[in-house]
Amino acid sequence: MDKIAVVGDIDSIYGFASIGFDTYPVESETETLSTVRKIWQDYAVIYVTEAYFGVLSEDIDKKDAPLPVITPIPGVRGNTGEGVASVKRFVEQAVGSDILFG
Amino acid sequence: MATINPTRMELTRLKGKLVTARRGHKLLKDKRDGLMRDFLSMVRKNMELRLKVEEALKGANQRFMLARSAMSNEEVRVALMASGEEARIETTYRNIMSVDIPDFETKTGRQGYSYGFAFTAGELDEAVESLAGVLPDLIRLSALEEACRLMAKEIEKTRRRVNALEHVMIPQMEANIKYISMKLDENERSSQIRLMKVKDMMLEEAHHYKEKAKERANA
Repeated sequence: MDKIAVVGDIDSIYGFASIGFDTYPVESETETLSTVRKIWQDYAVIYVTEAYFGVLSEDIDKKDAPLPVITPIPGVRGNTGEGVASVKRFVEQAVGSDILFG
Repeated sequence: MATINPTRMELTRLKGKLVTARRGHKLLKDKRDGLMRDFLSMVRKNMELRLKVEEALKGANQRFMLARSAMSNEEVRVALMASGEEARIETTYRNIMSVDIPDFETKTGRQGYSYGFAFTAGELDEAVESLAGVLPDLIRLSALEEACRLMAKEIEKTRRRVNALEHVMIPQMEANIKYISMKLDENERSSQIRLMKVKDMMLEEAHHYKEKAKERANA
């Protein structure tokens, strides 16, 4: 059985504790990176708020084990639209240009 | 190109390699097309689900805001931190065209609210409820998005291989094969000529055609 973690600014993530996710409040991008690296092995899914998701892209690209899955979610503030953008990037990577979502 | 041996053995070897390369190219192309078909339908679902989840999460966040306005920050956090809930998921793997894709199954038994109702606002209950409602979709989104990510990666890799075979490996091998077979033909022709020359010389030796011809001319 695998656990789920949430990383992000405290206001965006504390609610997730109520449905049983482990919450890791962070306040900066560097802190996000070190936190995620630390808990990398312990969770199957790690949700990261969009505001801090950007720093992880390199680690996610390098990852060759299937777990953990790292997914961006919108937070209370600092939303960059990264979640939608990343889906568009998948299409771009696979097809060569984004033919689906323009 | 410069260092290949124009020998019959090399030619046979290269021809074998070319056949393998062509077959590999066809298979990889099929794989790419198959992946692409699956990918496109998956990524469409992915986008749909993401928009839905993001909308729901924003709604939940707003509810938590409301709850915070009815209670103090501390109270909200204390109420939620003490949660006895444990979200657990079971991971299984699925294989699509040699890409291992994780599938999650939620194993959360919600036991109700983790706090007493006496010191918390009703808004908090609503907020928690709305977040719990997103949970299954959220988990599905993670699995789907990871699948799309992995497949996009695999498609890119496969496409690169197809291109390398199509535009580099196969033309190069064809050129080499042509070079060798022309060289071999050339060798064959030159040895043929040599043999004809030798035959002429030997006939001359035996029958002295030229001397006889001269005598006939003088006579």
